[in-house]
Amino acid sequence: MTTPQLLDYPFTPRLISRKKRAIRRELLEGEYSIEKRIAILGGSTTSEIKDVLELFLLNSGIRPTFYESGYDRYYEELMFDDGGLAEFGPDIIYFHTTNKNLSRYPGLDDDQKAVDDLFESETQRFESMWNRAAEQFDCAVIQNNMEAPFERPLGNLDTVDVRGRSHFTRRINQYFSERAADLKHLHINDIEYLSASLGLNTWHDRRLWYTAKYAVSFEAIPHLAHNLAGIIGTLCGVAKKCLVLDLDNTLWGGVIGDDGLEGIQLGRETAEAEAFSDFQEYASQLRKRGVILAVCSKNEEENAKQGFSHPDSVLSLNDFSAFKANWNRKDENIEAIASEINIGVDSLVFIDDNYAERELVSSQLPAVAVPNVGSEISGFINVLDRGAFFETLSLSKEDVQRSEYYAANAQRKKIESRFSNYDEFLASLEMSAVIKPFEPVYLDRITQLTNKTNQFNLTTRRYTQSEIESMAGDSSFITLYGKLTDKFGDNGLVSLIIARVAGDALEVDTWLMSCRVLKRGMEMAMFDYLVAAAMDRGLKTIVGEYIRTAKNDMVSDHYGRLGFENTEPEKEGTSIWVYDLLADRADLNKAIAVER
Amino acid sequence: MTKNVLESLQVIFRDVLDSPELMLNPETAASDVPGWDSLAHLSLVDAVETEFQVKFALGELQKLRNVGDMIELISQKQS
Repeated sequence: MTTPQLLDYPFTPRLISRKKRAIRRELLEGEYSIEKRIAILGGSTTSEIKDVLELFLLNSGIRPTFYESGYDRYYEELMFDDGGLAEFGPDIIYFHTTNKNLSRYPGLDDDQKAVDDLFESETQRFESMWNRAAEQFDCAVIQNNMEAPFERPLGNLDTVDVRGRSHFTRRINQYFSERAADLKHLHINDIEYLSASLGLNTWHDRRLWYTAKYAVSFEAIPHLAHNLAGIIGTLCGVAKKCLVLDLDNTLWGGVIGDDGLEGIQLGRETAEAEAFSDFQEYASQLRKRGVILAVCSKNEEENAKQGFSHPDSVLSLNDFSAFKANWNRKDENIEAIASEINIGVDSLVFIDDNYAERELVSSQLPAVAVPNVGSEISGFINVLDRGAFFETLSLSKEDVQRSEYYAANAQRKKIESRFSNYDEFLASLEMSAVIKPFEPVYLDRITQLTNKTNQFNLTTRRYTQSEIESMAGDSSFITLYGKLTDKFGDNGLVSLIIARVAGDALEVDTWLMSCRVLKRGMEMAMFDYLVAAAMDRGLKTIVGEYIRTAKNDMVSDHYGRLGFENTEPEKEGTSIWVYDLLADRADLNKAIAVER
Repeated sequence: MTKNVLESLQVIFRDVLDSPELMLNPETAASDVPGWDSLAHLSLVDAVETEFQVKFALGELQKLRNVGDMIELISQKQS
């Protein structure tokens, strides 16, 4: 085991803290394309949290720079910034506060109004911090909610009586959740759940509180940091997208090829069958919220598919966007799955009950997450759920429909082979697009796309929703979104361009497209529209920029293909391209009917 | 016994301080070892407690002056 593997979920917390310096040293030998400036404003000691958070971030490809507030100075350093925080310029502010940071709990002599007043003043303090962070720094905010209190003077009545401590923290958490649903920049780090999951006695170590003012124990800090890294990863667009599942003894008990359809364990008849059904149900829930499912199994394809005709199978064949059941090596199959679905292997999580298969895949494809689920089905859900692989900041309509998009893609691939040439195929899709300047209803989706699109993304610039909003409203910008529909369904909002007018040139700041509509001619339709918009403004050139990352090689000649001239060849990963608007041109898009 | 404890402590200290060459003796104190600051001290105590399955009392923690004190405390708690 190399030391960074100590960070793989499920981890041993004490081993991480013990080896943290060596792990850090090894991780820092890698190269990082994503850098984030993170201010940790703490209501208790944060040093160990910062150290361990750094490890998890590096491990997910993000190189952080930290600002750490003085002990318990989270409020003062934000509200009365002496310039230090402004100079640091945070991308993300993390408020590490806990129930220790309540100015007080309700007293037993408080009446309802006194408790309400206390609630008001406690929550307003946080509210003003969140506002300040948005106004002053325009950055994302991650806020701990509160763990349950460490003692209950009222015993079980504590949860019932309005003066009870648990009653009070729950009320505050409710408020935090409601505010986070409203405020786009506010994200909750759910320590109420984390501490419950670990147990409060493990979560909080009174001795460590008295000696060093840590509100979270050394056993719990890696869990806290891991959870936090999941949220930050999603803000940086590095969350996983696809769950790859083995079949025999993973999605059902037994071996379908040997035991036959009647012999496999699924349903509610035995303990084992019930556990497999529950795991299928969990995978099905993930699919419904937008996680792509795929199968990778050593089986005859026919046998493998037969398993899903079991009357108690929760999942059906249609739920999978890729299905590899054969006798090839699993690492090769997994690579094939990634390219079939058009995502990077680093977007995959692989679940298999077989230790040797997990070893093979994680050694051959280190970018794939291969959690050690063990070989006992009753442990699978916990590992997958607590592993925080599929964190998401919001649930958009596109997320809920994503699996359908990919399933429809598989259908499109099938008909593709029936046409003698590609244009004929494209025409048969009966595509239509809506291309328009950014509109308020789509800002969520647009922000989401800028933060998670990696492959077809010319500059990989990440934006917050308020930045997107301000560019959309600024007349020196031309913004375009594109939605694509075809006869198999609505692909949703899949492409966007942000361009800035500079003199008589239009500089393209951002151009990206979701990979589910690759090779459909959508980029041509977007370009035609962009050219028309630029000519309307009397501009003379369009200037394109390509910034190389580890993932966007597919668009390195994007501007070349559209007829741009490469005026500055690639240097330190950046190349510049110019398109002459005064020259004669004909529209490039032929396949898509565009509504403007 | 004392010798075994010292050897185990050395392994722990090397890990926590990421200093594979570090040599400990009972007289070694924080001021002798680069990187053994107050934050590292917490990590060391935590790793020692985890390894030896012992818990030091608040009062005992305050009195630790050097590696020898730590060895004595561990030996007491294990006997």
